[in-house]
Amino acid sequence: MLVSLNWLKNYVDIGTITPDQLAEKITKSGIEVEGIEYVAETSKSVVVGYVKECEKHPNADKLNLCQVDVGDEVLQIICGAPNISQGQKVAVAKPGAVLPGNFKIKKVKLRGIESNGMICSLQELGIQEKYVPKDIADGIFVFPDNATVGEDVTSLLNLDDAVLELGLTPNRSDCLSYLGVAYEVAAILDKPIQLPKEKVTASDEDAHDFISVNVANQKLNPYYGAFVIKNVQVKPSPLWMRNYLIAAGIRPINNVVDITNYVLLEYGQPLHAFDYDRLQSKEIVVRCAEANETIVTLDDQERKLSHEHLVITNGQEPVAIAGVMGGANTEVNEHTTTILLEAAYFNPSTVRKAVKDTGLRSESSTRFEKGVDPNRVNRAGVRACQLFEQYANGTVLSNAVVFDELDRTEKEVTINTLEINKRLGTMITTEEIGQILTKLRFQYEQIDDEFKVKIPTRRGDITIFEDMLEEVARIYGYDNLPYTLPNGASQAGALTERQQLKRQVKNYMQGAGLMETITYSLTRQDYVTKLISPEINNRNPVPVPLAMPMSEDHKYLRLSLLPELLHTVAYNRARNQTNIAYYELGSIFISTENKLTKQPDEQLRLSGVLSGQWIEHEWQQEKKAVDFFVVKGIIEGIFKFLEIPITFEQTKLTDMHPGRCATVLIDNQAVGFIGQIHPKLEKKLDLNETYVFDINLETVLEVFKNVPNYNQIPKHPSTTRDIAFVLNKTTLAGDVKKVIEETGAPLVKDIQIFDVYLGEHLPEDKKSIAYRLLYQDAERTLTDDEVEESYQSIITAVNEKFNAYVRS
Amino acid sequence: MKEQLEAIQTEALERIAETNEMKELQAIRVTYLGKKGSLTGVLRGMGKLSKEERPVIGEIANRVRESITDAIDRKNETLAQQALEKQLEKEAIDVTLPGRPVQLGGPHLLTTIVEEIEDLFIGMGFEVREGPEVETDYYNFEALNLPKDHPARDMQDSFYITNELLLRTHTSPVQARTMREYEGSKPVKMICPGKVYRRDTDDATHSHQFTQIEGLYVDKDVRMSDLKGILDVFAKKMFGYDREIRLRPSFFPFTEPSVEMDISCKVCNGEGCSVCKGTGWIEILGAGMVHPKVLEMAGYDANVYTGFAFGMGPDRIAMLKYGVDDIRQFYTNDRRFLTQYHNA
Repeated sequence: MLVSLNWLKNYVDIGTITPDQLAEKITKSGIEVEGIEYVAETSKSVVVGYVKECEKHPNADKLNLCQVDVGDEVLQIICGAPNISQGQKVAVAKPGAVLPGNFKIKKVKLRGIESNGMICSLQELGIQEKYVPKDIADGIFVFPDNATVGEDVTSLLNLDDAVLELGLTPNRSDCLSYLGVAYEVAAILDKPIQLPKEKVTASDEDAHDFISVNVANQKLNPYYGAFVIKNVQVKPSPLWMRNYLIAAGIRPINNVVDITNYVLLEYGQPLHAFDYDRLQSKEIVVRCAEANETIVTLDDQERKLSHEHLVITNGQEPVAIAGVMGGANTEVNEHTTTILLEAAYFNPSTVRKAVKDTGLRSESSTRFEKGVDPNRVNRAGVRACQLFEQYANGTVLSNAVVFDELDRTEKEVTINTLEINKRLGTMITTEEIGQILTKLRFQYEQIDDEFKVKIPTRRGDITIFEDMLEEVARIYGYDNLPYTLPNGASQAGALTERQQLKRQVKNYMQGAGLMETITYSLTRQDYVTKLISPEINNRNPVPVPLAMPMSEDHKYLRLSLLPELLHTVAYNRARNQTNIAYYELGSIFISTENKLTKQPDEQLRLSGVLSGQWIEHEWQQEKKAVDFFVVKGIIEGIFKFLEIPITFEQTKLTDMHPGRCATVLIDNQAVGFIGQIHPKLEKKLDLNETYVFDINLETVLEVFKNVPNYNQIPKHPSTTRDIAFVLNKTTLAGDVKKVIEETGAPLVKDIQIFDVYLGEHLPEDKKSIAYRLLYQDAERTLTDDEVEESYQSIITAVNEKFNAYVRS
Repeated sequence: MKEQLEAIQTEALERIAETNEMKELQAIRVTYLGKKGSLTGVLRGMGKLSKEERPVIGEIANRVRESITDAIDRKNETLAQQALEKQLEKEAIDVTLPGRPVQLGGPHLLTTIVEEIEDLFIGMGFEVREGPEVETDYYNFEALNLPKDHPARDMQDSFYITNELLLRTHTSPVQARTMREYEGSKPVKMICPGKVYRRDTDDATHSHQFTQIEGLYVDKDVRMSDLKGILDVFAKKMFGYDREIRLRPSFFPFTEPSVEMDISCKVCNGEGCSVCKGTGWIEILGAGMVHPKVLEMAGYDANVYTGFAFGMGPDRIAMLKYGVDDIRQFYTNDRRFLTQYHNA
């Protein structure tokens, strides 16, 4: 809502307060002033001039040579405007004048003839093009005849008016009108308010002889007032009205349109003027549209209607979509002489529906959608009639035709001083509360410290105690609220175990050299089915799309964090950032329904991508590219840190390198996977060799015990033995380790692999793996014989199981 | 004999003084003090001496031995020291060469902010609650006093999946769920951080996915001044103890009264600058007293319980605090952006 301060001053005396100060006060007590603009940049030395003579420039077809009286002198000015003519009063920028944009006016010669100034258009005086009336868009502005020659145009054209831009929250639609803003400002400044006095001259003719009103659905249209105004002369509206409309962001058209717009802004009540003669009937019927009924609206578009839309008809066909837009067939034009003026209350939801279906949102529909003040509907109609009488030579017929089932009851809300203070933490006195209510101009009955407040219908947002609490608090001033801390019993705040573990996982990952990332939960269709962990895939998840996605890139709920993570790797690679070690903690959304009827299962995943160099070449270290075992080490490390035993199982997954991928298992249950992206996918996504991991953190959180077990520090010495087995190439190191573990138990406490060899000293199909075994017993020192016996049994077992022999 | 001894001493001491080699020093020790050494040789002749001479010569001999031993030891020490110094000199390195790097990752900037806020409120006795990102229409809207036909819940603004399910547009449903869980019988003091989603076109200041932290405190006799007090503590801890806060009336369907909280602009100290658009204040969060309908719907008696709620955007706070000029930076994960905020 744009509020011209000059217009506002008609209703409330704002005194000498500056626009900035007023804006701050308004902002602090309830409505955010989003900006202060002036109608135009200031001009200097632009005055009203009288065009005494106007003739063609002898050397130029399109220029006119004018003699213009500016009061103290007559200036010879050359003007190119098509609408200039002798006898006009115009805005003259005298030599030395400065126009907006720091445009300085000097004496010049145009085609050999001197020109001493410039006759200005509104645009040249700084008014935005979109507010300049269309008929003078290409020409100069012409003042009414009563303008005083020599007078500065600044105030005459309201150019120095400050305009506040109000950012209205949905509850404050009362301030979609100047009267509403006036009430607000009067309350804030504690000033009186002057309301316009609607009054028309009585006429001999009765509107009932011209029109009847029939409302079919009083729920959707509880009030319809039809005023008839005869003998209307369509012409420009008075200058002051045009000025105010321009300041409020509305382009003046003609007096009829301008008056309805003016009253719309003044009262917040939309009005519609029909050309009575073009209505071609003597009745107004308000009803729901029939299926497939159409109307051509003012913008010459044909609109399809349905029974959910309320229409105004002439008894035959629609002439307006209620509250939204009038029809082209009854539009007021320059030949109009009789006006049928509609002042109505349309149900907000019906207007909202029509706006949604037609896409027509206007100053009128916005107000109907929020609900207009029931007590202003008729008054606004009368006010407009008054202005038609004054500025359009109209004759207002007596006794408007009114259908009226409108509820105008004022709601009552009871407040008391004790409860107000208890809720706010303040010590406001009963007297102060009374003063606040008076400032707000709310009627009340007071008994001791209790107030029965009658809520004016203009404030439809106030219905309960808390609404009144806010009114009192905001006028009292939030700055005056004390700072307190709650009195309630204190409780220990703490992270839950789950939250703590999440933080520990993050800390581990960061300590391990990975950067945390956050990617989008919504992904593309071709991503959503990719790289889903096997244990999720086993559940046959169905990708869940949005009903109305904003783009193809963010359409589906993700089933894996990896595709978007890979996307970030590609993004970085395109920017020469090739060494990536990222992890993310985030949810995936698993549903098996084709049409979602319940919330998907949201599962927290710990995922990561690694690519490029893990260790960069430096003077003291060789470079080392990320490989499978870098990733595996990170995953082994996190589970060791959490004291959760895991195993890895070689596996083949779509989109993963068939020889470099493993599932991760807890207790033989898959909880995720690690490995290299399939080179084909790497190529498609424009990636280098890239490794990923993806772990179901929910299971980890379930298994995790926050208090680690205590293990006695061994008192007796340990001893180590090394064995190198020659194995078939296809034999897995982990399988051999398992046999060693089983055979060596309970004496073998730890097994490490310290060498893997393939090469010239071994047959092609063989490899050698060297294990270091740690022998130890908690109770005693082991003898050489015991260890030797165990060692030999391990050799035998491995030999039997894998056809392996010890490498000498 | 005495002369002989003194000659040995003089000769030995001279040789000791002259030598610079450990090996030679060892040889000198053998030459003079060894079993076949010259001093030993002389002392072997002691038996031929008279009873009177024996103690005198004995004493001289001991003195000579001591002096030679002493000289050798001292020389030994000197040479050892010299050798060590030489060795250490050889071992010297260029300390200006860079060290072996420790590879550290780091948290996302939003995590840093969220955890900072979590810790701050935990310190004030709040618990941290989480909830689903795909929410029911009921918890996301209806339970928060946004009935089905409410203008503020346009389909256009939310990512609906079905008519009843959508990506949550705020973390407020976690508040509704928590109150419901507590069955209207005990105080609620919680914050809920999380991802939220709105139908916004991604640009420098909008993101279809962003982060939110909301807080809720419901108890008997919670006052609006308590909200102001808590927010003041928060603002000062988060943005600096020299910051001021200001509450402005606002509107949210789930609170009444509703306010927006601004902090005084750090750049201009309230004078007005481009950062605060000339107002001297920067909008940080929305808050208010929990609407009685919200309390009632969650099973709390609004005549007994009151409460306050607040909600803020860590993305915006991070942008303000660290001067990040584009919200998309938080989600595109440019390595150069991520590594800016820690020493990785």
